[in-house]
Amino acid sequence: MHEMTIEVPNREHTVSIYSYGRVILSLLGRDLAVLKKTAVFFVIRVVMQPLLFVFIFTYVFPKIGQGVGGAGNKEAEFSTLLVAGVVGISIIFQAIQAVALPLVQEFGYTKEIEDRALAPLPTWGLAVEKILSGAIQAIFAGVVVFPIVLFVPATPVHLHIHWLMLITLVPLAAIVSGTLGLTIGTLIPPNQVALIFAIIVLPITFLGAVYYPWASLTPIPWLKDIVLLNPLVYINEGLRAGLTTGVPHMNVAYVYLALVVFAVLLGTISIRGLRKRVVG
Amino acid sequence: MNASISSDNVAVRTVKLRKIYGTNVAVDDLDMELKKGEILGLLGPNGAGKTTTGGMITTRVLPTSGHAYVGGVDVVAHPAEAKLEIGVVPQSNTLDRSLNVIQNLYFHGRYFGIAKKQARSMASELLERFKLSDSATLPVAALSGGMAQRLMVARAIMHSPTVLVLDEPTSGLDPQSRLALWDILRELNRNGQSVLLTTHYMEEADELCDRIAIMDHGKLLAQGTSVELKRDLGGTSSLLMKVGGDPTFLVEKLTAELGADSMTKIISSDGGVKIVGHNVSQLISVAVSSAETLGLRIYDLSLVEPSLETVFINLTGKELRD
Repeated sequence: MHEMTIEVPNREHTVSIYSYGRVILSLLGRDLAVLKKTAVFFVIRVVMQPLLFVFIFTYVFPKIGQGVGGAGNKEAEFSTLLVAGVVGISIIFQAIQAVALPLVQEFGYTKEIEDRALAPLPTWGLAVEKILSGAIQAIFAGVVVFPIVLFVPATPVHLHIHWLMLITLVPLAAIVSGTLGLTIGTLIPPNQVALIFAIIVLPITFLGAVYYPWASLTPIPWLKDIVLLNPLVYINEGLRAGLTTGVPHMNVAYVYLALVVFAVLLGTISIRGLRKRVVG
Repeated sequence: MNASISSDNVAVRTVKLRKIYGTNVAVDDLDMELKKGEILGLLGPNGAGKTTTGGMITTRVLPTSGHAYVGGVDVVAHPAEAKLEIGVVPQSNTLDRSLNVIQNLYFHGRYFGIAKKQARSMASELLERFKLSDSATLPVAALSGGMAQRLMVARAIMHSPTVLVLDEPTSGLDPQSRLALWDILRELNRNGQSVLLTTHYMEEADELCDRIAIMDHGKLLAQGTSVELKRDLGGTSSLLMKVGGDPTFLVEKLTAELGADSMTKIISSDGGVKIVGHNVSQLISVAVSSAETLGLRIYDLSLVEPSLETVFINLTGKELRD
């Protein structure tokens, strides 16, 4: 190293007026670059679950006469009501995966998270970025479901889309899912993430009013009450209201209210969780 | 306390900085100052509180009490602004493993508000300067320890921080990579970069640092240049000369030669003489010629000078090495 010259870059050139928003955007740019590198895997990850779901429940079952939800017209009804459930489950599942899984590496023993935690942003800003990043991927996952549910089922699917509701509800659902992903990722030790799926993701998805409207749980009152703690119930009920007519759904006002409450609550918990992990 | 302090000449200042983990006081009311343009070495054994101190200065550890300012910015009150002022090279490899080598620099620049085009060109230039151009598109996992370290230094200085903070930068590096890193840090410092580094290697502190702050049990025990520390706290040096025959006359002769200088002791020692005092190296020729005059044959001559090791022993009563 004899003729090495390392200049200290000139400050005026490098740091100009900055804002947290711009830092968040650049961090999102980084996530997008990572996603592009693994685009094929991302698409497979996003498509597989809804594809299999729809294929088994709305194509295979009706064909082999194992109709879920009854025979004849009921089958068509089931295919229709399942659309909302599959969109909802894709949103929440992708957001949790997109946010919680990378944290295993970032919180690992090398503390790779510091690479991003040292960006000129408060820790809450980094939390917001992670939530947004998960939400964007979740929205993509939700949108991908539509062509699948329209073309795969053996029985016709009748959608009546309330656009305003759909356009507001999908991003809100995605953000709630992102906060859930960050809450899980920051509260559970990185080496136990596999456990997350057993004790959190599975109950959320199986008890999330995916296969049936929430109202139809009336014969099991204790279950009907207990699933109200599950954000996916509100997401699916809201989507059912936004995508179909004639299928019972929860009062839409409660749906929005509950989702906003979940976003604030889980957002607060996850920001605290991230701060605990990042700042010793 | 004001959010900022006047900081014309000070890169880092800590005021009664303290961190307690449970019942363990990791850093104990630390008052420290790093002047702009200097390399300050925080020297101490493992567990002395060096890493915790570095962590607090760089917003990664929240102080229990006290203050730390970087470039005049209070790191606790304004962490986001403080992050603009600091470049960090942590002990472990915190490179973004989802990105390749050049992307690590490009996105770091983007986080710090550098425009796309400029971030791209700066990233290439930095790879060139740090001899990493050939690895630009490799995944960071493919880098050797020394290369990863250089990339982390490049990342840390990309946004022109007021201070570059390195935590035990050469532990785990092979000797060649260590020397290369020293060269890089000297070069950066020549161009005005202030550097704070923690180390438990005395030679690293001795070779590289303008000033050394010695820490143990969370407390700052002493600070100064290597020369000052050795002079003031290193204790005496000693010259041991072994001769054939009876050293009694030699002791008498040397005592007579040095006469008035009562600070230097001359002792008969195991087949020779031991001269203990400050700057005894200057007495080598006197000792040798005295022995020759007396017809004594010299078998061995050794000089033990004060070192940072003896400074540390004098300060703490124990050795620095684990």
